[in-house]
Amino acid sequence: MGVGIEVKNLNAWYGQTHSLVDINLTMPANHATALIGPSGCGKSTFVRCLNRMHETNPIARATGSVRMGDIDVYKDASPVEIRRRIGMVFQRPNPFPTMSIYDNVASGLKLNGFNNRKILDEVVERSLRGAALWDEVKDDLRKKSGASLSGGQQQRLCIARALAVEPEVLLMDEPASALDPVSTSKIEDLIFNLKSQYTIVIVTHNMQQAARVAENTGFFLNGRMIEYDSTDKIFTNPTDKRTEDYITGRFG
Amino acid sequence: MSEDFKGGRLNSIVRTVENHFVTGLAVLSTVLVVAPLVAVFSYLLYKGASSLNWAFFTKLPVPVGETGGGMANSIIGSAVVLGLGSLLGIPVGIAAGVYLAEFGRGRVLANMVRFTADVLNGVPSIVMGISVYALIVLREKHFSAYAGGAALGIMMVPTITRTTEEMLLTVPHNIREAALGLGVPNWRAVCSVMLRTASPGIITGCMLAFARVAGETAPLLFTAFGNEFWPTGLNQPIAALPLQIYTYAISPYDDQHRLAWAGALVLIVLIMVSVTLVRYVTSRGVLKGAS
Repeated sequence: MGVGIEVKNLNAWYGQTHSLVDINLTMPANHATALIGPSGCGKSTFVRCLNRMHETNPIARATGSVRMGDIDVYKDASPVEIRRRIGMVFQRPNPFPTMSIYDNVASGLKLNGFNNRKILDEVVERSLRGAALWDEVKDDLRKKSGASLSGGQQQRLCIARALAVEPEVLLMDEPASALDPVSTSKIEDLIFNLKSQYTIVIVTHNMQQAARVAENTGFFLNGRMIEYDSTDKIFTNPTDKRTEDYITGRFG
Repeated sequence: MSEDFKGGRLNSIVRTVENHFVTGLAVLSTVLVVAPLVAVFSYLLYKGASSLNWAFFTKLPVPVGETGGGMANSIIGSAVVLGLGSLLGIPVGIAAGVYLAEFGRGRVLANMVRFTADVLNGVPSIVMGISVYALIVLREKHFSAYAGGAALGIMMVPTITRTTEEMLLTVPHNIREAALGLGVPNWRAVCSVMLRTASPGIITGCMLAFARVAGETAPLLFTAFGNEFWPTGLNQPIAALPLQIYTYAISPYDDQHRLAWAGALVLIVLIMVSVTLVRYVTSRGVLKGAS
């Protein structure tokens, strides 16, 4: 089951650049939350702060509090443990090129020292089914490299890889921006189905996508969160003038 | 679209000529690179092949005047010394390369290691031999196989270190992020993902270093020293192909000159065989469509 995420006074920097300013946001469990906004507004930085990927960049730092269920992400656990509980799918598909499809999906478990073949088989099948990729790859699991798949398949492989670790939250950083319309719609269907088991946070440039998959939407601009509300409200009757300008295409 | 925008017929001819000219230059350069290699190898075949027989690979060297004899002890000796060298050079080289690429970014120690590796790469091999002589042989008071291995191993380190570093830096950043994003500890991501992704290039680096030191004579003169008999232990002086070739080549006897040519041929073939073997073994696990 998913857990909710509560963000309080989150600030983030890259070197001297103050890229997130006082973000406060509560994302309910088992819902999809979409984050929209123009390029460079801090959406990606924000999701990277949620699973502490932000701090893998040596010049980056963050302050404030992020709570996931009962856990304070920045105080109660190591970044490694947090990333196991908060999975991430990146903008560009990034399967491990030297690993087979099977090993890609199993990598999160195998690289953490889990080697029970029977359970791994089950996890791999379940995750690939969960990512709607099983039927396309089941005959080549061990024969083909993850990098041999098409872009859309690679992205679903990356989703399967994230699901295999059984996280409680799934962060998706523009998961469909590098994909064709057919793959995009497959991924959107997937997000819709995954909501029952995970809390999903999805960054997107595509406002229709946000409207299709997410119950709640947050609008980011210049490192600040301008407005956060139900997706319906944001797209039909936004409170802030800047949100309205953005969703009606006046800028961005 | 007007004719002069698309470029006229003349432009198209110029482009075709340019294309052929540059392709020709590339082919010419390839020939220039390959020609000396082919020349050396055919000359070796011509001079050395006739002296090769079963005895060459199975017998010890014989005194001048006697016929027959071979270099079996040198072939084994070379394998032993190179094995020891690789055992020392490859792990140390790769570890240092991993440090430079993954953990030492911007650190003073990393810059020192990188600088040392580059300088070490330029140190003449005879100097390496004398250094190991001073450090190990003088202290132990005798020549030995492991002193030879140490000299070759140290010579392998800088090449392997720098290739490992370069190859790790070419692994795309998003591969590392994929591993970290799964909750894999950093050291595990480096060992199992980064190194594995970079491994074809790192193996090439190791093979280059191996092939380079396999033909070295100078560092062995003061360390492995050479031996006319079968190797009896790592603590004893040991024969090696380059040493035996050197000894025979500077001798005044035609018989020994012929054996030197044969030895050189065998050395080159053995290097080619071992490099090919390593490539074959390491490429067997590569999957369909892996980049």
